[in-house]
Amino acid sequence: MLALEFPPISHLIEWPEFGPGGFNKVAATYVFAALATMLIFVVGGARPKLVPTGLQNIAEVGVDFVRNQVVMQTMGAEGLVFLPYLTCLFFFIFFSNIVSVVPGIQFSANARMAVPLILALLTWIIFNVVGVMKQGPLRYLKNSIIPPGVPVFALVLVVPIELVSHFLVKPFSLAVRLFANMLAGHLILATFATICAALFSKTLALAILPFSFALLIGLTGFEILVGFLQAFIFTILTGVYIAGTMHAEH
Amino acid sequence: MLLRLLAEQDPGELEAGLTAVGRGIVYGGAAIGPGIGIGIVVGNAIEAMARQPESAGTVRTTMFLGIAFTEALALFGFVLSFIISG
Repeated sequence: MLALEFPPISHLIEWPEFGPGGFNKVAATYVFAALATMLIFVVGGARPKLVPTGLQNIAEVGVDFVRNQVVMQTMGAEGLVFLPYLTCLFFFIFFSNIVSVVPGIQFSANARMAVPLILALLTWIIFNVVGVMKQGPLRYLKNSIIPPGVPVFALVLVVPIELVSHFLVKPFSLAVRLFANMLAGHLILATFATICAALFSKTLALAILPFSFALLIGLTGFEILVGFLQAFIFTILTGVYIAGTMHAEH
Repeated sequence: MLLRLLAEQDPGELEAGLTAVGRGIVYGGAAIGPGIGIGIVVGNAIEAMARQPESAGTVRTTMFLGIAFTEALALFGFVLSFIISG
């Protein structure tokens, strides 16, 4: 048998502090993600030219992507008010996810629950405020907990389910989806790295090492895809939730 | 036989072992339904794309949405398996 010493979970997701107030790698990643997002839109949009160059290219592609793939698909032209927020959200999540494949850092900051939860709560606040503003408090509450076309005797069952699903499960699942995907990706990479290291020290088992290593490389590529996809899914779900409260369901 | 083996074990060790088994069952059980669900979502999306290639963009976006909603259940199980501690 292989002497496989898998490190405990706390070793994989807790990082030593190197600054005041518990400033560690995760916090540094968030600072990087925020600065990178700002850089793209502040510097890229500072002196817009007709033929874009450099950072303006990235900014334009990003805005265009979020506009066409998220806002137009979910809310329509009415939702263009949320385009700046959604674009920043997308880039912020994307940058804090993508560091999970940067050598030397290799930890997605979103594999800690705190910031995904805050982002999900922001979404929750936005869609509730939009619902109250567009439909009025009472109609919004009625529309969100009583789905149309439900027979009266089923309301006893449906109303609590809808209440929990609309006000609790939506933000919670949004946060958990991002957090758990990133944590799972990080654990998978750590597992294969540990296996590679364990195989490397054995003589006979060295024959399996290339396969394990190839899978490690492949999964790293998969992590890039997941990082992008989760940023996209978080953004589009925010769009879907806002669109759901903008208009009453008929 | 099994009982005698269990009796000889250190109770802390037994608890840790059972916790590990529980974690495995929680995540394994939580992965069954979403696995089938994602299969149905993607399968139907591919069928839709094959029948109507011009709507592939819209179908793909909706497919990812469907996957995200289905996947959330498996991820609840994944998180729960960490919450269970000995």
